[in-house]
Amino acid sequence: MPAPSDTQPPDTAASPTFAADDRLVAVAAGMEVPSEVHEQVSSEKPVLEIDSFNLWYGQKQALHRITMPIPECKVTALVGPSGCGKSTLLRSVNRLNDLVQSVRISGDMRLNGDSIYDRGTDVIELRKRMGMVFQKPNPFPMSIYENVVYALRIDGERNRGVLDEVCERSLRGAALWDEVKDRLADSALGLSGGQQQRLCIARAIAAEPEVLLLDEPCSALDPIATGKVEDLIQELRGTYSVLMVTHNMQQASRTSDYTAFMYLGRLIEYGPTTEIFTKPILRETEAYVTGRFG
Amino acid sequence: MITGLLVFITMRGLATFWPVPLEAFQLADDRTLLGEVTDRERIANDDGPPISRLLVRVDNYELTGQHYEWVDDTAVVNIEQPAWATAVERLEGGRFHGTPQTFYEDGEPAAEGPEATWNRFTAVHPQVRSRYWQARGIDKHDRGRVQRELRAARLAVVQADLDRGQDSPTYAAAVAAETEIQRRAAEEVRRFDEQTAALRDENARYEIGFVTADGIDVRMPVADIVRGWQPNRLSWSGKLAVYLDRWQEFLVDDPREANSAGGVFPAIWGTVAMTLIMAVFVAPFGVLAALYLREYASSGPITSAVRIAINNLAGVPSIVYGAFGLGFFCYVLGAGIDELFFEASLVADNQPVFGTGGLLWASLTLALLTLPVVIVATEEALASVPNSMREGSYACGAGKWQTIRRIVLPRALPGIMTGLILAMARGAGEVAPLMLVGVKKLASDLPIDGVFPFIHPEREFMHLAYLIYDVGFQSPNSQAARPMVFTITFLLVAIIAILNIAAVWIRGRLRRRFETQQF
Repeated sequence: MPAPSDTQPPDTAASPTFAADDRLVAVAAGMEVPSEVHEQVSSEKPVLEIDSFNLWYGQKQALHRITMPIPECKVTALVGPSGCGKSTLLRSVNRLNDLVQSVRISGDMRLNGDSIYDRGTDVIELRKRMGMVFQKPNPFPMSIYENVVYALRIDGERNRGVLDEVCERSLRGAALWDEVKDRLADSALGLSGGQQQRLCIARAIAAEPEVLLLDEPCSALDPIATGKVEDLIQELRGTYSVLMVTHNMQQASRTSDYTAFMYLGRLIEYGPTTEIFTKPILRETEAYVTGRFG
Repeated sequence: MITGLLVFITMRGLATFWPVPLEAFQLADDRTLLGEVTDRERIANDDGPPISRLLVRVDNYELTGQHYEWVDDTAVVNIEQPAWATAVERLEGGRFHGTPQTFYEDGEPAAEGPEATWNRFTAVHPQVRSRYWQARGIDKHDRGRVQRELRAARLAVVQADLDRGQDSPTYAAAVAAETEIQRRAAEEVRRFDEQTAALRDENARYEIGFVTADGIDVRMPVADIVRGWQPNRLSWSGKLAVYLDRWQEFLVDDPREANSAGGVFPAIWGTVAMTLIMAVFVAPFGVLAALYLREYASSGPITSAVRIAINNLAGVPSIVYGAFGLGFFCYVLGAGIDELFFEASLVADNQPVFGTGGLLWASLTLALLTLPVVIVATEEALASVPNSMREGSYACGAGKWQTIRRIVLPRALPGIMTGLILAMARGAGEVAPLMLVGVKKLASDLPIDGVFPFIHPEREFMHLAYLIYDVGFQSPNSQAARPMVFTITFLLVAIIAILNIAAVWIRGRLRRRFETQQF
C-alpha cells in the first residue's frame, strides 16, 4: 500500500535544531521530530521490527515514520495521551487495521525477519503467529474450553489429547486454571470480567505466539482483577515477547522492561522503563510520565 | 382488542361441540319447533316495549328447508325440554332433531317407544359403524390400489410407445402386462363389490324411526347416523363424553358434507406440513442472503438497491406471489419436470404431475413471500454481534468464513430464529397465494402416505385458513357451518401458537447458551 508522495514528509523536516522542550510544540505544529531511542534498546535481539511505518485514516495521518525494535522475551509498554496512535500501532502489527476501510500505510514491519506488509504475506498465517488481547474482555459465546483452544480448532486440530493439554497449559499460563478447571464446559460468558480477560490471555497464548499484543488489557477491570492481570504479565515476561498499550503510568513502570512514549502519532522517546521513568533524555517525557502533562 | 378477539374465538371455538339442551317451542300458530337456542336479541316494536326473540337451531333441513329460525317471545306459548329429544348427526343432510319412536330390523318393528328404540340403537350402532368403516376402507384403500395399478400399467404402455414405438417388443410386453393387470383388477373389483355389498346389505337391515316435534315420522338407516345424543337426559360426564368424541372426530377424521361437518385432519396436516417445509426453504436462503449483504457485499449502489428491493418485496400483495408461484413454479419449473420425467402422464391423461399446484410449490411460494422478513431479521441479528468478537476471532488467525461460522452465526442464532418465527406466523395464516398454487377445497390423499414413494410433494392439499374461507363464506349452508368456522379458526390460531411456542422454546435454549453475564 504505497502512500501518495505528497503526504510523505520530507526528510529535512526532521530537524534536530529544536530545543528539547519544544518538541511537543513542534509536533503539534505538524513538524517532524526525531525519536530519542536509548542505546540499550538496540542492543537487544528484536522479535519485531517496525520500520518507518506510516498510517493514514483517509486523509488524516495517524502514525508518522515509527521506527522501533521490540525486544524478544521482554515486556514493552506503549504510553502516551489518548489519540496518540498507540492502539493503531498495536493493531497494525497483526494487520487488524486491514478490516478498517480507508486505511492506507507505508513502510513495513518484520516479525522475526518476515515482512508483515509484504504483498505475498498470508495475513491469516501471520495472525496465527501472534496473540492479541483487547481492551474489553471479548470471550466467544462458547465454553471456556472451546475459547482457549479456538486457535487450534480453526487450524483443524481434532486430537482431544492435544487440545486438553493446550487448554490446561494455557489456562495455567494465564493463572486461571485453578479457578475454572472444574467447569471447563460452562459458558465463558459466565465468568467475571477479570476472569474473562485472563481467559482472553489464555486464548492468546494457546498457539504459542511469537509476540503477544495487549491493548490496554486492564482498562475495563477493577483494581483486584487489574492486579491479577499485572502479576500475570510479570510471569509472561521471559517466556513471551509482550507489546502492551497502557494508559496507566504505574502499570507501565511496574510491569514493563521497556517503555515507548508516543505523542500525536510520533515516537518521542523509547528506552528501558527505569530510565524513562527516572532519567529520561527529554523533559517532555519526564513531564508526561510524572503526570505534569497529558 | 386482540386479546378480546382471541378470547372470543377460543370461547366460540371450544363451545361448538358441547351438547346444548334441545328445547321444544310450542308456537301460537300451532307449530312446534325442537332445537338449540343459539342466540337471543331484542328488537324494536312499534306498538310497545321492545320484544326479544330467539334464534333456534331447528335443523331437519329436508323438512324445514332451514337450519335456523327466529322465534319471537310473544309467539311462544310453551317451552319445555322433552327428555327424549334426540340430536342426530348424519352422514348427509345435516343434523336431525326428533324423538326415537321405532327400531326396525329387516323392515319389521323390533322395538317401540323412545327408551326401547334408543337402547336397541345404541346396541346395534357400533357394529353398524364398524361395518361402515370397513366398507369405506375397502373403497378407499383397496380400490385405490387397483386404480393405481391400472394407471401405472396404462402409463407403462404409453411410455413404451413414446420410447420405442408401437412395433417394439417392449410395447408388446407392456400391452400384455396391462391386459393381465386389467384381468386381475376386474377380478379384484368384483371381489370388493361383493364384500362391500355384503357389508352394506347387513347395515341396511337396521333402520330407526323418529318422530319430529311436529309429528312427522322419519325413517332413516342406522348406517347414516354418525352419532346421536339426548342432551336433556345427559349427565355432565355424558355431555363431556359426547364433547370429546366430537373433538376427536374433528381432529382425526376426513371432512364430510362439503367440509361443513366431520373432521379437518387433512387440513391440519396440510397447514403444518406446508409451514414446516416453508421454514426449511426460507431459513437457508434468508440467512445466506443476509450474510452476503451484511458480511461480504461492499456498501455501494448495488447493495443499497438490493436492500431496497428486499424491503419492497415485503410490501408486495400476497396474491401477486401466488400469481408468480403459479406462473413460475407450476407452469415453468413444474411443467419442465413433467416433460422430463412424467411425459407418459401428460400424453395418456393430459394430467400434469408437478405442472400444477401442489404442496411443494405452495411452500416455495410462501418461502418467497416470507423471505424479506427473514433477511431483515437476520441482518439485524448479524449487526448486533459485537465487532470485538469478530476482531478477537481474526486476531486468533481465523479466516472470514471461520469467524462467521464459529462466532457470528452462533451468536446471531436467536435473532435469526426470531425472524423465522415471524415468517412462520405470517406464512401459516396466508390464504390468497395458496388458492393459486395448490390448496384445494377437498384433497383426501395426504402428501405423505403408504403408497410408493411415500412422499408426494406434488399433491394438492388442504389448509385450515382456506377452510375458514371455504366453509364460512363459500358453503351452501354457511349458517349451519358457522360454529364449525369458529372451531377451525380456533384450531388455526392454536396451531400457529404451538409452532411459535416451539420455536420460541428453541430460541430460549439457544439464548441461554450465549447469555452474557458481565462483571
